[in-house]
Amino acid sequence: MTLVGRESPTARTQRIAAAEAGAPAHAAAMPRRSGSRGSTAMFYLGIAFIVVYCVAPYYWMVVSSFRRTSDIFSLSPIPRPFSMENYVAVFDPGQSFGRAILNSIIVAGTTTVVALLIGITTSYALARLRFRFKRALLAMIIATSMFPQVAIVVPLLKLFTGIGWINTYQAMILPSLSFSLPLAVWTLTTFFRQLPVELEQAAMVDGCTRWQAFRRIILPLAAPGVFTTVIITFIGAWNEFLIALSMTNSPDYQTATVAISKFSGAAAFVAPFGSQMAAGVIVTIPLLILVMIFQRRIVAGLAAGAVK
Amino acid sequence: MSTTAEAAVTGKRPGVAERLADSRFAAILVSPTVLVLLLVIVYPVLAAVVQSTYGAAGLDEKTGFVSDTEPLVGLGNYTAIFGDAGARFWNAFANTTFFTVVSVALETVIGVAMALIMNQALRGRGIVRASILVPWAIPTVVSALLWQWIFNANGVANAMLGTNILWSAGGFASQATIIVADVWKTAPFIGLLVLAGLQLIPEEVYEAARMDGASAWRRFVSITLPLVKPALLVAVLFRMLDALRMFDLPYVLIGPRKESVETLAMLVQDEASNVRYGAAAAYAVILFLYVFAVAFAFVGLLGANVVDDEDAPPRRSLRERLRGLDRSRRSVQP
Repeated sequence: MTLVGRESPTARTQRIAAAEAGAPAHAAAMPRRSGSRGSTAMFYLGIAFIVVYCVAPYYWMVVSSFRRTSDIFSLSPIPRPFSMENYVAVFDPGQSFGRAILNSIIVAGTTTVVALLIGITTSYALARLRFRFKRALLAMIIATSMFPQVAIVVPLLKLFTGIGWINTYQAMILPSLSFSLPLAVWTLTTFFRQLPVELEQAAMVDGCTRWQAFRRIILPLAAPGVFTTVIITFIGAWNEFLIALSMTNSPDYQTATVAISKFSGAAAFVAPFGSQMAAGVIVTIPLLILVMIFQRRIVAGLAAGAVK
Repeated sequence: MSTTAEAAVTGKRPGVAERLADSRFAAILVSPTVLVLLLVIVYPVLAAVVQSTYGAAGLDEKTGFVSDTEPLVGLGNYTAIFGDAGARFWNAFANTTFFTVVSVALETVIGVAMALIMNQALRGRGIVRASILVPWAIPTVVSALLWQWIFNANGVANAMLGTNILWSAGGFASQATIIVADVWKTAPFIGLLVLAGLQLIPEEVYEAARMDGASAWRRFVSITLPLVKPALLVAVLFRMLDALRMFDLPYVLIGPRKESVETLAMLVQDEASNVRYGAAAAYAVILFLYVFAVAFAFVGLLGANVVDDEDAPPRRSLRERLRGLDRSRRSVQP
């Protein structure tokens, strides 16, 4: 025990962790040099193709959302004249779209928080401990994340109708856990595995229990991974449609995705293309900002499950 | 100093007592997740199986009164698919299969091509990665509206193609819009997963192949594909299972109860929302078994390794697989 000296166990392990974190976490893949000038041109053409393929359809949505109703069918690549008309129409009180966004935030937010709280200890156990039925549990979690949601919607719809839960938040949050919990556990497990085992071993040598090692050493270090998992889980819950559609029939409890799908224009008998586009942009922009800021981490989180 | 830590330090395999302690600790950590999954998945699935043996509440044939209780019909809901009511089911089954096969095939080809291009990226890696995440982050409902707008009769798709197709009127045109929209949203995702697999292949392997005079195509077929196969298999499996439960996209893009695009998931939801829980549950169970069969075929026949557990007997590592390649390369030479 003399090795430890006056330093507290956690402080010491954290110091080691900091030293570890200094080294690059993953060797960036070396870019490959292309041979001739022709292949370089081909390559840039390919890059341009990917970017246009991914972004152009969404760009068209943004452009259309800034057109006036009278020139909504215009084909010009920039909105001229520029108009906020559709955005005003979206927040017309008759649409209760603001309420729908609030509902989405409540449902997706609660689902994410609950899934993370429940899933985090499980992922640690799956990443670090040896126990019986571990493989079975892993298989169950991956199987449930690939599960057809309609299969659980039918009996739950009947059950919730019986107990008066239609048009409540819990009727959407509980079934949403069926996909967000496995997703959270799976993503977190891959992040926990990336942390060096030596950290907990060092902490336990210094006198921490396993629980203390988890709470004081691993959890703070895993914070970026936890945060990434929050984003991935939140996007999944935010995009959910089937459950929200089945469990609500009142506009007061519809989430944004359901509200958009049922959008009717401010003016009767006019197909509300413009305000549909504007609503689509509003629902998507927060996600896109998150994704742009944390793209590197999100890609790591998505890819971690597939390769190893 | 705890015994577990001691074992960790001395490098000895943990003894029985330590493993028991680990197991108990694991049980505590794991139980909340297991409980919730039992509640929100296992119970509803069992309830669905039970529900599928009941018919719809309605006119009681014996008494002539309208009854609130659902009659027990046994396997009636399942055998009904071979009768008159079966036409709608088989149509949905065929649509689901058609969408899954065609979109996943296209997504795989486009996704692999994207990954190969991205893997070459000297500059612009960030912008490509950012743009590739755009379709992934957009809610399916929003992307359905987006493509509905593009494929509007007076929309930009007809203008660019110089056609006057009524895309939403049903038939193959509607199916094509679903496939285009689905491929757009998910091909980048496959590209992302395959790229992660590609980046594990060391450059030296390609250099060695180049020295041996292997053409670009030969390098792709003999090195890239076999080495990226595990990542690709998992990506394709995930996408197939996801496509089999397709609901949002056809529901919003074309609409509910449209023969040309109705999938099994849409059929189930429609039956349930019309209070025919029994039939809905039976279709849901069939869809569940279908998904299960596809997953089983992938894991069993093609060897997709989905469950990754470090304690399990090791699979062939990348290095071993490389060695295998090396051997086959040598055997080609005189």
